[in-house]
Amino acid sequence: MFKFIVRRVLQTIPVLIGVSILVFSLMHLVPGNPAQIMAGESAPKEQVENIEERLGLNDPLPVQYWNYISNAVQGDLGSSIRSGRDVTTEISGRFWVTVELAVYSTILSVFMGLIAGIVSATKQYTFTDVIIMIIALFGLSMPNFWLGLMLIQWFAIGTDLPSWVPFFDDTAWFKPSGWGSFEQIVLPVITLGTAGAAIVARMTRSSMLEVVGQDYIRTARAKGVKERVVIYRHALKNALIPVVTVVGLQFGTLLGGTVLTETVFAINGMGKLIIDSIQARDFPIVQGTILVVALLFVLVNLLVDITYRFLNKRIDLD
Amino acid sequence: MSTKTNSNENILEVNELKTSFFTDEMEVKAVDGVTFAIPKGKTVGLVGESGSGKSISSLSTLRLIERPGKIVGGEIKFKGENLLEKSEAQMRKIRGNEISMIFQEPMTSLNPTYTVGQQISEAYKIHENLGKKQAIERSIEMLKLVGIPSPEKRVNQYPHELSGGMRQRVMIAMALACNPELLIADEPTTALDVTIQAQILELIKDLQERLNMSVLLITHDLGVVAETCDYVAVMYCGKIVEFADVNTIFSNPKHPYTVGLLDSLPPHDRDIKDDLPVIRGSVPSPAEMPEGCRFAPRCPFASEVCKTLPTLETDENGNQIRCWIYSDKWDGDPEVKVHAKNTERTS
Ligand SMILES: Nc1ncnc2c1ncn2[C@@H]1O[C@H](COP(=O)(O)OP(=O)(O)OP(=O)(O)O)[C@@H](O)[C@H]1O
Ligand SMILES: [Mg+2]
Repeated sequence: MFKFIVRRVLQTIPVLIGVSILVFSLMHLVPGNPAQIMAGESAPKEQVENIEERLGLNDPLPVQYWNYISNAVQGDLGSSIRSGRDVTTEISGRFWVTVELAVYSTILSVFMGLIAGIVSATKQYTFTDVIIMIIALFGLSMPNFWLGLMLIQWFAIGTDLPSWVPFFDDTAWFKPSGWGSFEQIVLPVITLGTAGAAIVARMTRSSMLEVVGQDYIRTARAKGVKERVVIYRHALKNALIPVVTVVGLQFGTLLGGTVLTETVFAINGMGKLIIDSIQARDFPIVQGTILVVALLFVLVNLLVDITYRFLNKRIDLD
Repeated sequence: MSTKTNSNENILEVNELKTSFFTDEMEVKAVDGVTFAIPKGKTVGLVGESGSGKSISSLSTLRLIERPGKIVGGEIKFKGENLLEKSEAQMRKIRGNEISMIFQEPMTSLNPTYTVGQQISEAYKIHENLGKKQAIERSIEMLKLVGIPSPEKRVNQYPHELSGGMRQRVMIAMALACNPELLIADEPTTALDVTIQAQILELIKDLQERLNMSVLLITHDLGVVAETCDYVAVMYCGKIVEFADVNTIFSNPKHPYTVGLLDSLPPHDRDIKDDLPVIRGSVPSPAEMPEGCRFAPRCPFASEVCKTLPTLETDENGNQIRCWIYSDKWDGDPEVKVHAKNTERTS
């Protein structure tokens, strides 16, 4: 197990190097002079030169990369062109917002997905099962931003139904933008968590169905175990093993996938920071944020792998 | 020898049991009118080729058949009461408590995510309302009983830490935890290697005598039957074709299928590499199941009358046979002699 962890950690190194090269190249892949782009089309020559100087754009590329990486490792991601503040400071204000959004959305996905998946599996091929799976398919195929806009329309702005319609005449229950209060959190979390819930539901269902057909489930029944206990104690514990992986990977994806949701709901997280900085041509921030998100993604995947391995070691002897 | 006609002495009586699987195209009659009885404290062997319905018969007994399978008829009398009329809750009180089961596959029959102790003690928690600590203590005793070395250590291990033979011992410990009156062992040794097989069978036999259990031992190994069983039920295509005490089966088998099975056994003194006689043909698929005697297409004695289904007849000794040869209606060679070539096993 320890050897596995060490090996797995070492494996992330090439990934991290690759990511850093990619992030670094971003600035240079944009056609034209990056300094000019950052300063703006009509900026005076001195200002462009000033930026070139500050970012070391006149050094050879390998030197630039080395400088960037060695600074990054020490926690220095440069400073914002626009505000002049440290990139790390800019990010740290946004970091937890995005993490919170991803965590809540994952919790929602797991909660909804597990319930739906278990119900579906225990009622395989019934009407309930079919309905749940159709809903899951919708959840999976609905574009994020569209779902977000619809939710805002219905549950933040409110429907235009006449006032005699009970309950639904005024549905502006939540806030359409910002982050912090309960009214602000609900809609973005639903927006971001729906696809995950659908994935978890489908995964749980198929995993449950596979496990329920196993010999040890029959053993449990032959022991006189109640059907409910058979499902929740004997089957679920085994069925959850692959689900854990999906949830973990889903969490990683959500971290990087908050861009659209944060934009739609005007949430000041890392995703929106990336978008805003791209629009403002603030390259150091774009680079830094993407690097942090990528790092987080790699880290989460690492944890998922180790957890899976730990849960699964009882099954495959290998 | 007439125990089986006296219902007071039978712990289990299965009458005309029918279990079918309903696929899209057809009804597969896996168990098609099975009748047999298990006398108290005795071991009955259920033998037959693969696919003859042995496992489905035993699973039906505990009502553990799952979709698309369904018990469609007959009765299963356990201690005089028909299990098919019991509620699910009543069945749960019987499963693992009065009737226990051991399965064919020790490698996959234990839950990989729970320890041996957790799995055995579950039976005590359900049926004897024991607390966690007591249940584990009893589990350790059980592990000791089935001959597992250092049970205090094993009780905390997961199934993957045990060998196949050890796992089957754990299965037996679990099955016997609540002192069942009837143990159904479905090919308990098929998946194990030969030396372990003998140990496990010896263990079952030993425990049966000590605990005075009745046993239904499912196997397709007649050698195992000769060594462990008091009675034998021979099954073919979902039906019992012969039921007799073990001596009769080996010394005077009546059904041509039983004879075929015996002849395909390697005798002790012959090298296994020699050609053994085999029953010609193969088991008919459910779609082409003959109307009459199921065995007729493969039977060397088959005659005109075999195109109708023979009934299961009981003789004065309580032995049963489903074959036209032994009836007045027999229209084949009146001199026909059905006997096995190598009957030295009985000695
Ligand atoms: N899930 C199922 N769906 C359809 N048919 C089934 C199913 N399970 C069993 N059967 C049918 O029931 C028949 C009897 O199966 P069973 O498992 O009882 O055989 P068996 O005598 O125990 O064989 P083996 O010696 O291989 O264990 C099979 O031939 C098969 O046609
Ligand atoms: Mg079987």
